[in-house]
Amino acid sequence: MKNLEQSEVVNYPADRAIKMQGKDVKVFYGEKQALFDVNIDIYDREVTALIGPSGCGKSTFLRCLNRMNDTVDICRIEGKITVDGEDIYERSVDPVHLRARVGMVFQKPNPFPKSIFDNVAYGPKIHGLVDNKTDLEEIVETSLRKASIWDEVKDRLDAPGTGLSGGQQQRLCIARAIAVRPEVILMDEPCSALDPIATAKIEELIHELRENFTIAIVTHSMQQAARVSQRTAFFHLGHLVEMGETDQIFTNPEDERTQGYITGRFG
Amino acid sequence: MTDTTPNAVPPKSVTTASSERVAATLAKRHAAEKRFRMYGIGAIGLALTFLVILFGSIITQGYSAFWQTEIRLDVHIDEGEFASGEYADIRQASFNKMLRASLREVFPDVTSRKDKKELYKIISSGAKYELQNMVVENPDLIGTTVSFWMAASDDVDMLNKGYIDRSLPESDRRLSNFSIGLVDTLVEKGDLKSAFNTRFFSNADSREPEQAGIWGAAIGSFWTLMVTLLLSFPIGVAAAIYLEEFAPKNKWTDLIEVNINNLAAVPSIVFGLLGLALFLNWFNLPRSAPIVGGMVLTLMTLPTIIIASRAALKAVPPSIREAALGMGASRLQVVTHHVLPLAMPGMLTGTIIGMAQALGETAPLLMIGMVAFIADIPGGPTDPATALPVQIYLWADSPERAFVERTSAAIMVLLGFLIFMNLAAVLLRKKFERRW
Repeated sequence: MKNLEQSEVVNYPADRAIKMQGKDVKVFYGEKQALFDVNIDIYDREVTALIGPSGCGKSTFLRCLNRMNDTVDICRIEGKITVDGEDIYERSVDPVHLRARVGMVFQKPNPFPKSIFDNVAYGPKIHGLVDNKTDLEEIVETSLRKASIWDEVKDRLDAPGTGLSGGQQQRLCIARAIAVRPEVILMDEPCSALDPIATAKIEELIHELRENFTIAIVTHSMQQAARVSQRTAFFHLGHLVEMGETDQIFTNPEDERTQGYITGRFG
Repeated sequence: MTDTTPNAVPPKSVTTASSERVAATLAKRHAAEKRFRMYGIGAIGLALTFLVILFGSIITQGYSAFWQTEIRLDVHIDEGEFASGEYADIRQASFNKMLRASLREVFPDVTSRKDKKELYKIISSGAKYELQNMVVENPDLIGTTVSFWMAASDDVDMLNKGYIDRSLPESDRRLSNFSIGLVDTLVEKGDLKSAFNTRFFSNADSREPEQAGIWGAAIGSFWTLMVTLLLSFPIGVAAAIYLEEFAPKNKWTDLIEVNINNLAAVPSIVFGLLGLALFLNWFNLPRSAPIVGGMVLTLMTLPTIIIASRAALKAVPPSIREAALGMGASRLQVVTHHVLPLAMPGMLTGTIIGMAQALGETAPLLMIGMVAFIADIPGGPTDPATALPVQIYLWADSPERAFVERTSAAIMVLLGFLIFMNLAAVLLRKKFERRW
């Protein structure tokens, strides 16, 4: 696997701030434990990739980061997850507020069955981020521009979002997420339902978004992890096996299991 | 090894052998499929036959109720009967006397007391009210002679429609030879005709079949359904939303779900008894009133609406909820902004079907007194009223021949409403289904 396209070498400062942190995170679905003592740091304005074979708990962990698992009745979480040092499972933290700070993009593009404009305007509207229509239109435009889909949809903002192609839908979902101006964006296999061209566009977009947002992305494609991320965490059977800079994980993994996975010996 | 002769049959491979065995079973499998299709067609054919028989018998029995035999008389509206032109006095005048006078004028030969009695019976006993209403509406008619068509009595109506057999001996007939003679005279003079039965659609119930109509029952049904809709839709939808979107899934909610499903299967008469005990005896709500009928039917309709609404909510893809939650919408916002609009068509469909059930329901209404004989058109949900299916029940119980056709006609009207409601439900579902 030496011909992996390596991510561009970014000379980011080594002392970048930690944006989100997981400490001894354990997750249980009923009796079954899905995550074991996961300790992870997600750095500010970096892309952190979570990789691992199916069922390893990477998506579960991602969904803990904005408390999406709250909606699963049997799910129980122990340990501590912080944003800017603040425990998000603290009683005083409102999950609604947290999700405005930590946005999410899902595996399957899931635009609302409303117009493109309304899709993007929804977040700012419910959070009361705008006072008038002009501001709202501005937010919608900048969000769509940042998600590099503006040129494709600017003439049909009233068309239903569900009428777009899969890749466009996913970029619309990203635009929708960034319209709320979150600090962190979680992406759960955002390209798994897309063709290679649409995937390339999303990856390019992730590169650009990194300037303003902290991104955590779950992916099944190791090439994708290598291309888009600065740090990679490898999960296996509910354990965080190894975490490090992407270059190091892909060229010189410390753990045997990581080595095995990235060279395709299992997974 | 290789056979080079061009015509040689290649040795049978294993696959051709098994393919032959497959071919052998094919005929049997096709025959089974054909048989199954025949069963299906047979079942549908049988169902359709019964439906045709049902509709056929209702329509052949009931269509004649949409026509009513009318008799024309020249009635002199005698000034002497009216003390003054005041409204109240107009009503007090004896219109019966005027009608009888004009009947005697048409048949001057009828002199004996007994014959006169029969003569007066050929017009409806409600004819005096028809005349009264005409004069009340237009007091200028007083003192003039008006020629107007009034309802014939039900026996004359039946004779005219051919339901009374003239060949029977006089003692076995509802009408005497003398009365038939009177009717024939009127027919000859052109003073007896069949007209569209507007009374059937505009009157409330009456003891006289020719004056009995379904409008009172229809209005009673309308008020009852209004109360049912206003109560059961919000309660049902709210319950469904809570159970589906907010309630934790545990043994308590399981128990509630089982009980709701059971309630849907409870015989409706039990709900009627509950309504009688609770709403009438305990809350002291008015008897025979649509408001109580609506409340009882709400109890009966709620399970249907809750079950249909929950199914509609379940059909909304979870990805929509996740998307909204991920945006930071609160759970209520997720429901009101996204889930509810998508589930609404399904909920409305369920509600319409529930309403159609409620419209056809009789038993619980009997229990709370909506089976009373109500000759007035109810003006609101607290007035005594009856409902369409109960009206059918009442008429089906009446001995007069003329009520038989009215029963069938009322069934047709009720079926018309039901078909309309179910059609609306189907169209609604077709129009809005799967928007995501």
